[in-house]
Amino acid sequence: MNVGLFGIENVNIWVDAVIRLQLIVILMTVVVMGLIYGERKIIGRFQRRLGPMRTGPFGILQSLADALKLVGKEDLRPRGADPWVFELAVYFVFVPVFMAFVAVPFAFDWNVRVLELGLFYVVAISSINIVGWVMAGWASDNRYAMLGALRAAAQGISYELPLILSLIAVSMVVSTDAGRGSLDLGVIVAEQGHIPYIVWQPLAFAIFYVAMLAELNRTPFDIPVGESEVVGGPFVEYSGIRWSMFFLAEYAGLFILSLVGAAVFLGGWAWPLGEEVGPVWQLLLTAGKALLLIFSVFWVRVTMPRMRIDQLMGFSWKVLLPMSFALILVNGLILVYDWPDVVLLASNVVGLIALYLIIDRGITRRRVRPPARAGAATTA
Amino acid sequence: MTQPPPVLENEFETEDIFVNMGPQHPSTHGVFRMVLTIDGELITDVTPYVGYMHRGAEKLCETMDYRQGIGYMDRTEYLANFNAELSYVMAVERLAELEVPERATWIRMILCELNRLSSHFMFLGAFGTDVGVFGTAFVYGFRNREVIQDLFEEITGDRLMFAYFRAGGLAWEVPDNFETRVREVLKDSREGLRELDGLMTQNEIFRARTEGVGVITAEDAIDWGTSGPTLRASGVPMDIRRDEPYLFYDQVDFDVITGDHGDVFDRFYGRIREASESIKIIEQCLERLEPGPIVPDRLPRMLRTPAGEVYTRTEAPRGEYGIYLVSKGGNRPHRLKIRSACLSNLQALRDMTIGGYVADAVVILGSLDIVLCEVDR
Repeated sequence: MNVGLFGIENVNIWVDAVIRLQLIVILMTVVVMGLIYGERKIIGRFQRRLGPMRTGPFGILQSLADALKLVGKEDLRPRGADPWVFELAVYFVFVPVFMAFVAVPFAFDWNVRVLELGLFYVVAISSINIVGWVMAGWASDNRYAMLGALRAAAQGISYELPLILSLIAVSMVVSTDAGRGSLDLGVIVAEQGHIPYIVWQPLAFAIFYVAMLAELNRTPFDIPVGESEVVGGPFVEYSGIRWSMFFLAEYAGLFILSLVGAAVFLGGWAWPLGEEVGPVWQLLLTAGKALLLIFSVFWVRVTMPRMRIDQLMGFSWKVLLPMSFALILVNGLILVYDWPDVVLLASNVVGLIALYLIIDRGITRRRVRPPARAGAATTA
Repeated sequence: MTQPPPVLENEFETEDIFVNMGPQHPSTHGVFRMVLTIDGELITDVTPYVGYMHRGAEKLCETMDYRQGIGYMDRTEYLANFNAELSYVMAVERLAELEVPERATWIRMILCELNRLSSHFMFLGAFGTDVGVFGTAFVYGFRNREVIQDLFEEITGDRLMFAYFRAGGLAWEVPDNFETRVREVLKDSREGLRELDGLMTQNEIFRARTEGVGVITAEDAIDWGTSGPTLRASGVPMDIRRDEPYLFYDQVDFDVITGDHGDVFDRFYGRIREASESIKIIEQCLERLEPGPIVPDRLPRMLRTPAGEVYTRTEAPRGEYGIYLVSKGGNRPHRLKIRSACLSNLQALRDMTIGGYVADAVVILGSLDIVLCEVDR
């Protein structure tokens, strides 16, 4: 599949790879700046504000100004910090996110590399950044950072499992020429030419979406970076370019998981236009679907309060994880007995209703009237 | 107090750590510091430190005459200025035996209730941020507070430091369109309360975060001397407006809102319902408002009081705001003591917080709705 870039044949494979990666890096930086601008504008609208308005027309240069400011700031390191770990932590967060882009299909035959285990590769590589978070928190010599890092570790591990399992549930039911099941993102997308998998697997999508929010530390699961509690979490001691790299990685992570979600559940470039419309439309489709997911993430951010750590962990281990295991079990049964796809949908709808009921009834603490103290003064 | 989960047997040695929350923490509502001793995420001990904002307001009031002291009341309780001013001028009036004209009293009531409304809006907004809504509740709360604040500015000429009440009445007459403007504000506020209610109270995560958190029993709440919404949330129907009516509160009809559980949610929801009661009171006041004088006929240029002491208390948005005033004659107080509602409410913080999670500490502190300027004075 190693066609040269832009139809140019016989390009050295290494040169080709470097060029593609460079394109990704440039694309990412631009996209992230756009996302930050978009988030500020969208949230501003939700909050009856205008958002940035001063830098350029409609404040469109705000992200650029912020980036320049951050690059110009002093790169501080606290005296008590562990110098190596403190400075290396950035790369452990930053690099894996960018590496994940290697396998993502942007349009038909448009990706850095076609990997047969693409899905596996993406989820594996994008979970490395938890190490970076813990490193940052540990090395900062700050208790808020430490608290935030431990929270990030607990949360990252807990929600990694439902995230992966929900993706596996889909990859099981992908029907290819060789039978069912594929981890190749390109194949998964191509199979959704007629009906995207969100139709057959809505429960898997729900689990994926919730776990995605948690993986990205977005509201309502933003407890590792909760401003009102741990003042920014592991990054509290970072400044300047290092901090902006964390920030970049955060939004790049949002973009990559949205792309994966769009590819696996929403039909990526394939649905509804198919393979023949050419890369421009396909790119627009992929981007549109990913941006839709991103928009919903912003929407949730301005509406939802933050969960508490015990509720967060409980929700993962007691609700999402059993549900995703059950989902895989049911999918497996359906595949083994070769039942029609409608059964997939039916089982998922049942699961969705169960999930709704659990959320509606289960999370809330039971309130008890405080017991009266013996011998206390009676009140009116 | 929330029930801590069972402690597992530790296989390796662990150590509680201290976390210094404040005085520069974003969610301590001012310069307040609490030292948390935490075991993982569980709080085992809390030590609150107050006093960072101490400016000696009480002592300063002793150095200036009675009229100048009004400005200092604004600066102690900057979210409910009218209520603070009211306590003070009532104390002076009782010492000097001044009779307040009817119209001035009704206007005072309207302004105090409007200020309660604006203070509660501020609370609802800030509390949203404490629970973790990214700014939305904050902006919604501020939007409605702003409308009320604009009205205050039209009346008093200042956004925050009104100094509008005088011993004996008001500084000047309200603008001609006062009544229509108040009705506009009430309409806005009712709408805003409905929106905030929908945004927060109906949210499942919000309920999960607030229900059963920071519980304090009625007995403990009384023992700590809490008052206002904090006390009423524990089920004690204590409201000075009803128990010891001042102004014309005995002539209006309103409910005293109490909670059942004494948790954060009751303190939050009690304030939403209380704000609706305030709207009810203001509407009744507007109907009773008639033209007339706003200061007594014979008001001396320099107010002097006979020797004596007096304690007045009013129901401010945060609880009992009391003024203890001792006079030895002359035109200035011999001793002035402010009974701060927030300080007493803050005392209960430790009982509420221990056994909770770190995130709970923020929410519980937010639910007490403290104004540090009033705590430290």
